[in-house]
Amino acid sequence: MKILYFAWVRTTIGKGADELDHKPEGVERVSDLFDWLSQQGDGYRQVIDKRTRLRVAINQNFATPDDLINDGDEIALFPPVTGG
Amino acid sequence: MIFKRLSVQENDFDPSAEVKAMTTGRPDIGAVCQFTGLMRGDRDTVAMTLEHYPGMTEKQLRTLMDDACARWPLTGCCLIHRYGRLIPGDQIVLVITTSPHRDAAFDSCHFLMDWLKTQAPFWKCEETSQGDKKWVESRDTDTAAARHWDTQDGKRATRRLLGSR
Repeated sequence: MKILYFAWVRTTIGKGADELDHKPEGVERVSDLFDWLSQQGDGYRQVIDKRTRLRVAINQNFATPDDLINDGDEIALFPPVTGG
Repeated sequence: MIFKRLSVQENDFDPSAEVKAMTTGRPDIGAVCQFTGLMRGDRDTVAMTLEHYPGMTEKQLRTLMDDACARWPLTGCCLIHRYGRLIPGDQIVLVITTSPHRDAAFDSCHFLMDWLKTQAPFWKCEETSQGDKKWVESRDTDTAAARHWDTQDGKRATRRLLGSR
């Protein structure tokens, strides 16, 4: 699976994406992925500390923390959008 | 036939050329509504960089255009959004809607702009004259403006127009 980061999520973590061969063990839903990411280093922890301000997309559709994740999914984490 | 054009691009755009492409040879069109968003500058903000999520941006904008065409009797819809570094006065976004009558063109153009601000994955990063960079925070008023189109008032406007088609 692929995890993409945008805007201050990207600059805080220090890279635009992570690629994993499989879902991490114990990760079923978006909220589980947040918990797992928070263990991956300082930048990740700082981002997940603000999890109420994060938006998530699964395969380019908006998703919620309760949504299920599959092995081949493209997950994206980003702040509320500010275009236009 | 409904004319649809969607582009997410780094280059500038020409609103009058886009209107011409949509209206030439279309005597059924009686109304064109065009909205252009510009980068607004102030004392401290000298530039802005727009980041986006390639793929999801196009997918979300395509869905919005299809929604607008389903809600209003449109003959055409054009949506262009730029990314990259912009300076005050630069054009950022263009929305054009065409219809036989003005209400549908006005309302759908407003609808597209309101929803685009909450649904399209773009993020603005401002640069100050001191060289600092700051991510722009989203505004609750933008969310409220988009939600308005789901309320009774917004639905009534759509029904009135579809009923008069």
